[in-house]
Amino acid sequence: MTVLPRTARSIGWHVLCLVIVAVVLYPLVWLAFASVKPPDEILSRLSLLPTRFVFDGYTKGWEGAADVGFGRFFLNSFLVAGLSVAANVLSCSLAAYAFARLKFRFRGALFAFMITTLMLPYHVTLIPQYVIFQQAGLVNTFVPLILPKLLATEAFFVFLIVQFMRGIPRELDEAAIIDGCSVYRTFWHVVLPLSKPALVTTSIFTFIWTWNDFFTQMVYLNDTEKFTVPLGLRLFVDTSSQSNFGAMFAMSALALVPIVLFFLAFQRLLVEGVSTSGLKG
Amino acid sequence: MTTLRTPDPPVAPPQAARDRRRDRPAGRRRGSQPEAFAFLTPWLLGAVALTVGPMVVSLYLSFTDYDMFTSPKWIGFGNFAHMFTGDDRYLQSVKVTLIYVLISVPLKLTVSLLVAMLLNRSRRGIGFYRAAFYAPSLLGASVAAALVWRALFMGGGPVNELLAFFGWHTPSWVDDPQFSLASIVLLGVWQFGAPMVIFLAGLKQIPAELHEAAAIDGAGALRRFRHITLPMLSPVIFFNLVMEAIHAFQAFTPAFVIGGGRGGPADADLFYTLYLFEVGFQDFRMGYASAMAWVLLAVIAVVTAIVFRTAKLWVFYDDAEDRK
Repeated sequence: MTVLPRTARSIGWHVLCLVIVAVVLYPLVWLAFASVKPPDEILSRLSLLPTRFVFDGYTKGWEGAADVGFGRFFLNSFLVAGLSVAANVLSCSLAAYAFARLKFRFRGALFAFMITTLMLPYHVTLIPQYVIFQQAGLVNTFVPLILPKLLATEAFFVFLIVQFMRGIPRELDEAAIIDGCSVYRTFWHVVLPLSKPALVTTSIFTFIWTWNDFFTQMVYLNDTEKFTVPLGLRLFVDTSSQSNFGAMFAMSALALVPIVLFFLAFQRLLVEGVSTSGLKG
Repeated sequence: MTTLRTPDPPVAPPQAARDRRRDRPAGRRRGSQPEAFAFLTPWLLGAVALTVGPMVVSLYLSFTDYDMFTSPKWIGFGNFAHMFTGDDRYLQSVKVTLIYVLISVPLKLTVSLLVAMLLNRSRRGIGFYRAAFYAPSLLGASVAAALVWRALFMGGGPVNELLAFFGWHTPSWVDDPQFSLASIVLLGVWQFGAPMVIFLAGLKQIPAELHEAAAIDGAGALRRFRHITLPMLSPVIFFNLVMEAIHAFQAFTPAFVIGGGRGGPADADLFYTLYLFEVGFQDFRMGYASAMAWVLLAVIAVVTAIVFRTAKLWVFYDDAEDRK
């Protein structure tokens, strides 16, 4: 093990890690620069740096499509993601408290059922759900995107919070009950505040997954007015003409900004959330 | 899922064990707390109205011809028969998806394990590297990232140019039936950070004494990897394998974007879910789409079952004795 001196091995290790960092982050850096390049330079020059900085892509892209600006798409995305976070945190923590702390019939069976739904491909329920929302006249609204979260269908998060609540010493809520707290108040004043780390993890992941979600939003939203950011970006999918590249990369870069900010703010928590619960990114 | 040992359980095991023992008899015998159902109501509603109900309906629809505007017409196994005998695009989508799963999952797990082993030491900068490697896992599923990927692999794009510099002249990856799927596989592998973080947590659980003892006995790095790291890590490998496979079967966004929304050159990127979307929401053949969804569920269930079955041959649980 000690063929090389310590410092040499350490430097070699850092060099190797930095090479991987360069490869992994290259597409993002490339995007950042591509968004400010003159359109004809984006693919024709290998150099990352533009010859001159051009912000036409941002102004052009921000105009959006069919008289609906990209700002609207961002607003819609924030609305959907924000409501999803609130809905998920509320409904999943309610269900999780029941599974973690309360007694009821078929608890084991229902818990096992919930775990099974973790592995269920979304497509098996997709079409009947669509028909239900269609009959209710709710297609082309945000309801189909948020209602499932209000009803705790994201078992991942229920499971995450259950696991966390099980780790909270029972003595704490027993003490509250003995002091005359109702189950509801125990939940609200004792268990929920103690579960904050799990709730934060749930919020961050719900936000990012909703922000990135493309499939459901494409299925349910048709009017350009209602478009979210991924649907706004979708308009660039069919166009391969280079003249649109500026706008495409500018908007792509903007679309990633909220996630990058979230990531920078919470990266410790995110990474730890993954390693303790096995959540996918 | 419950049988898995997650790498770093958020619950201290003795406390959890005590809890379980304490409330099991009470929970079963003495009936329910009335409040429990108040807490469960949203979840129960969701489970019935958005999961179980739709599953039953979708199973029924899979035996029908249904276009959403006229009532479903029962056609027995017609949809399933058509899939495997009369629908070349369906078979193509199965082929593309299987190739994707079989290549991207092992590749991603290998890369993530290797990088995790590289990071499994205490040095300065670990936090930075770990975060940098993890970032694509959050960004990679987005339309934006797929658009970037498509441009990187286009004719004349950076990847082409770089390979040409090394003397390998490739066609435009995204427009070539042979290369197109490869670029999507690479987009999947780029997101190695999530399994890597889980591997890293698993590696930290392996007692250093095992490696030290083996090293003293003269085992080299490779043998220690083969006989210590791999067996000790096998529960985590198992977990990552199951999760990544389930995930890969349902990949959609990269195939949609890189394939230009229509399955790519010669349907080379026609992923299963992409074809399902087309059939269901562009052709409105909702019976057929439901049947496809059930085949997907069956395949995922069978694959998961096989992995679980073979698990006892290669997954090693350290605490095997005290489980009895």
